[in-house]
Amino acid sequence: MKNMQRNAQITKVLTYVVLILGAVIMIFPFVWMILTSFKTQTESMQVNPIVFFPTHWDLNNFVDAVKSLPFVNMYINTALMIFFRVVCAVAFSSMAAYAFAKLRFKGKNILFGIILVQMSLPSQIFIIPQYQMVAKLGNLIPALGANTVFALVFPGIVSAFGTFFLRQTYLGIPNEISEAAYLDGCNQWQTFTKVLFPLTGTSVAALTIFTAVFAYGDLMWPLVVNSDLNMMTLSSGLATLRGQFSTNFPVLMAGSLLAMLPMVVLYMIFQRQFIEGIAHTGGK
Amino acid sequence: MAEQKKAKTKMSAAAKREQNWGYLMIAPTIIGLIILNLWPFVQTIYTSFCEHLGFGQYKFVGLQNYIEMFQDPEVWRATWNTIYFCILTVPLGLFLALLVAMLLNAKIKGKGVFRTIFFLPMVCAPAAVTMVWRWIFNADYGILNQILGTKINWVTDPNVVMIACAIVAIWSNIGYDAILLLAGLQNISKSYYEAASIDGASKITQFFHITLPMVSPTLFVVMIMRLMSSIKVYDLIYMMVEDTNPALTSVQSLMYLFYRQSFVAGSRGMGSAIVIWTVLLIGIVTVIQFVGQKKWVNYEV
Repeated sequence: MKNMQRNAQITKVLTYVVLILGAVIMIFPFVWMILTSFKTQTESMQVNPIVFFPTHWDLNNFVDAVKSLPFVNMYINTALMIFFRVVCAVAFSSMAAYAFAKLRFKGKNILFGIILVQMSLPSQIFIIPQYQMVAKLGNLIPALGANTVFALVFPGIVSAFGTFFLRQTYLGIPNEISEAAYLDGCNQWQTFTKVLFPLTGTSVAALTIFTAVFAYGDLMWPLVVNSDLNMMTLSSGLATLRGQFSTNFPVLMAGSLLAMLPMVVLYMIFQRQFIEGIAHTGGK
Repeated sequence: MAEQKKAKTKMSAAAKREQNWGYLMIAPTIIGLIILNLWPFVQTIYTSFCEHLGFGQYKFVGLQNYIEMFQDPEVWRATWNTIYFCILTVPLGLFLALLVAMLLNAKIKGKGVFRTIFFLPMVCAPAAVTMVWRWIFNADYGILNQILGTKINWVTDPNVVMIACAIVAIWSNIGYDAILLLAGLQNISKSYYEAASIDGASKITQFFHITLPMVSPTLFVVMIMRLMSSIKVYDLIYMMVEDTNPALTSVQSLMYLFYRQSFVAGSRGMGSAIVIWTVLLIGIVTVIQFVGQKKWVNYEV
């Protein structure tokens, strides 16, 4: 019995050791980014021994990063892209999900098939025609063409994944609830907006976080559609900064830190919602 | 005839109203999907049989893009690079994620803190994360060579650059995969382990006879998801290795080649052919996975 207790204790210590080691590896790149972002270029390039902490904690590198890239615009563009993509995904997907889960209409299965087809194809297969559409739209109405916020939002106006995901949620709500609302004199729209939609809060939050995080990280579409620096997102802007300061790593780290900061702050505040939301959507 | 049909399909007024609401409520999504996805999908297939003349003008050329594509060593190299990237990242990444998930499933303090830390790369844009790793990998001043006491050209040596990319990919995804696997582990009833302990089964026996079979359905889902996204890898490699890097051909994935062909070189016909080839590859891998799962995935509980 004593032996078993000792074994259990060793297992526990080993568990902590491995987890702490793993956590250090996970955290280190972030720490190194922050430390480097405050160093001078000379400090960052010193080796044998390497300089771990900056001698002066000043914001020069951040100033340089903000001077060479329109960070304010990038923040605004990214925020607007995320906002519109989330609002569209939640509104349109909730409506469609409710209809697919609760209403009877002809051709439902075939129409739902369109959603499954979209989900099984990689997004790159749509990019060239989508880009051409934006270019054509821009010839008619410049505000909807390339180098606009609309162009950034464009592929995310509707969400097949969101519809699929929310449909599961609506299927989980007992039919008695919607039927009772219907008997109380609600029409379908009222049943949806006043009774069922409010019950889907957790799923809507999960979809919001999922949509936001993936729009924020997306790189190919923003690079393709918005080449004007002032219309770039944080991700595509960083790709440009890479070319400009290929050897000035303190500035590159300052830029990366600025690009990461808003989402990391949100993550720190809403950790549980982020982790459960993304895990919830991904596991399906 | 028409009368008969009408009678057959005649609906009550309420059912008719329900149907109209149904169409109305799915309309934005379905119309959007047709314009944004279904039609572009058809167009991409068509474009893959065309040559781009510039300004959105195309000429039908039949199979020419496909013939050129399969004769192009760069395409085969990119195909191999993509597969190699999957081989390097998926098995090791899943193994480490399962390890982390099992450790997090133990009775320990600070579980939430560990979970938050491992998950952190998930909320950081890949562009920013990769930038940080480039600095760590820097041959002359990077801290990794300093710690190891080596002088490896992580980002410019054609033989090493893929390993560097694989490290970043595994590091980025481990927390996410672990969280998904943890959910699967938490569904395993404690009573199995208790019974096994009483029978004197060691921890290792318990792992292979209880944990692995019981978590295999979740593991399968995570593996499919990870494989799909690894075949489509683009942003990480794009940020790590720019156009001018001599190691580009040794690490360029299919989606990176697609991007360069379509939007840098402007040959959208060839770009479309490459993306169709990638979809076929994804299809083949999926079929292999679903056939292979019968051998190891356990659905009997």
